[in-house]
This record gives sequence, C-alpha cells and structure tokens, in this order.
Amino acid sequence: MSLLAFFGWLGETSWSVALHESQYAYSILESIHVWTLALFFGSIVMFDLRLLGWIMRDVPVGEVVSRLLPWTIAGFIVMVITGSLLFYAIPLRSYQSIFFRTKMLLLLLAGLNVWMFHTRVYPQVATWGGIPPKRARIAGGVSLALWTCIVFLGRMIAYNWFDCDRQPQSDLINFLTSCIPMESEF
Amino acid sequence: MDLLPTFEWFYATPVGETIRNSVWLFPVIEAFHLIGLGVIGGAVLLVNLRLLGVGLTRQPVAQLSTEAQPWLLGALALMFASGFPLFLSEATKAYYSYAFWVKMTCLFSVLVFTFTIHRRVTQGGLAEDNPQLAKLVGLISLVLWFGVAWGGRWIGFS
Repeated sequence: MSLLAFFGWLGETSWSVALHESQYAYSILESIHVWTLALFFGSIVMFDLRLLGWIMRDVPVGEVVSRLLPWTIAGFIVMVITGSLLFYAIPLRSYQSIFFRTKMLLLLLAGLNVWMFHTRVYPQVATWGGIPPKRARIAGGVSLALWTCIVFLGRMIAYNWFDCDRQPQSDLINFLTSCIPMESEF
Repeated sequence: MDLLPTFEWFYATPVGETIRNSVWLFPVIEAFHLIGLGVIGGAVLLVNLRLLGVGLTRQPVAQLSTEAQPWLLGALALMFASGFPLFLSEATKAYYSYAFWVKMTCLFSVLVFTFTIHRRVTQGGLAEDNPQLAKLVGLISLVLWFGVAWGGRWIGFS
C-alpha cells in the first residue's frame, strides 16, 4: 500500500473522523500544541542564545543543559503527542501539505543538529568559557534558524493555498505535494 | 463608555483593510506573532522557574532577571508590532470576543505586575530572602501570562 493510500485509509478510521469532526477536542489539542510552544521553543531559544554567547555568559553551558533540558524534553513530548494526534485527525491533507512536508524535513535536520551537537561538540563542554567555541556557536545558530522556520511552517499548515483539491496549481507544486489532479478540475 | 465606535474606526484603517484584503498577510504576521510567543515564553520561564525553585537555581534571581530582560522587551516589541496590525484587521470581531477581553485584561495585569511587584522581588534580593514570596510571585506571573496565551489562541476560535 502506498503512503497516500495508507493515509487515505487512516483518515477514514472512526477515531480520526471523530477527532476531525469534534467540536472541542481538535481545538483543545491545537491549543495545547501552541501553548507548549512557549515552553519547548522558548527553552530552545534561551539555550541557543547561551550557545551563541549572547546571554548568561556567567552560567556554565553544562549547567544550563542539566537544569533546562528536562523542561525542553517535557515540552517536546507534549509537542509530539499533540502534533501526532493533530496529524491523525487530518492525515491525508497533512501528508500532502507542502508546509507539513517541509516542516518534517526541517524537523529531521533539527534532530540531526541535536544529535551532532551532543555526540561531537558537547563532550568538550567542561573546557568552554563565556563564549563557547565556534562549533558550538554554529550548532546554536543553526538550531535557532531551523526551529524558527519550523514554527513558521507549522502555522502555515492551516492554510490551503497549495492543497491538492485547489487546482490549477503549477506542475512543481503538484509534484511536491504528490498531487495528481483530475481532468475535471481544470 | 462605549468603545464600539473606536473599534470600528480601527477596523476601517487602511492597515486593517490591507490585511483583510490580502490572502497571505494575516498568516505571515500571525507566524511572527507565534515566534514572539516562543521567545516571551523562554524569557518568562527562565525567571519564573527560578522563582519557583526549579531550573537554574544556582544563579541569583536578579542576575537571571537582568539577562532575560532585553529578550522579554524585544519579544514584547515584536508581539505589539505584529499583534496590533492583526487586531486592526479584525477589530470589530475582537470587540465582541470575550477571549479578546480576557487576553487584554491579563496582558495589562501581567505588564503592570512584571514592572512593579515582580521586578521589585527579583531585583531587590527579596526572592532569596523569602522563598515563599518568590514562589507566589512566580506563580502569579505564570498564571497571568497563560491567561494571555489562552485568550490569544481562543480569539481565533470565537
């Protein structure tokens, strides 16, 4: 089964339909997703600013990690749970959304950045001073840029400008959204 | 005092009309508003978690508060710069939305609170001397900020 067919099927399961059509559940999930942004994205921004050496230079980076990272992780867990449920409520449209697809790609890159930072850069943290070494600053800057774009794209998923059922779209858009428009839609 | 005529005047401003007539202006300004929300969240949590006795507990409250201040002010500026045009574009809707009034009440309260009591407690060393007071002040601040976020999100649903 193709992903397209799978998400089409998923969207017709009774729980997905119930979530999509519910009066409050979807709005509440979406609200929790947005509010948790303040914890998750907010703590990431503060940490990235510390990596860049722009704030809290007197506080060792290791201490910022040990005291703030648990909050970031808690926020991440809530973001993933609410985000997955939001996707589950509208799977096919989300899967074909150009904003959703770009967001997932950038999430992957952000994850890669976290992994590279923690395996290759962070082990030398004990030697860092007020302004961390260049590698750490790059990781911080990349993280800041990626997460800002992810928030931006997340907001845009709500808009249907490039949706498959809104034809005509350019061939490029239809390619990027795996959309095969029907003849009758032109 | 009836504010409706004032809100109707805001609604009719060229900025409000331009945003209403554009497909992408509202979403893009709104996205910037969300990014501001995140930065405010970070700056506010940094200080208030410390007041609650978690987070960066080895640092003096006054120092954390001073460090967070420019980012709080910068993010607030971004919030006003993006929020006000959004308001202009739907001022009459905002007038009839209870979520909008909850948001504005909480926003006004939290701004006054932040620059009076909250500041005195964080900057004057009171937080270290009186952990119970610090916890109370941190909690009030977080609850009020959440009221702002709650109202903000709910304007869109009303």
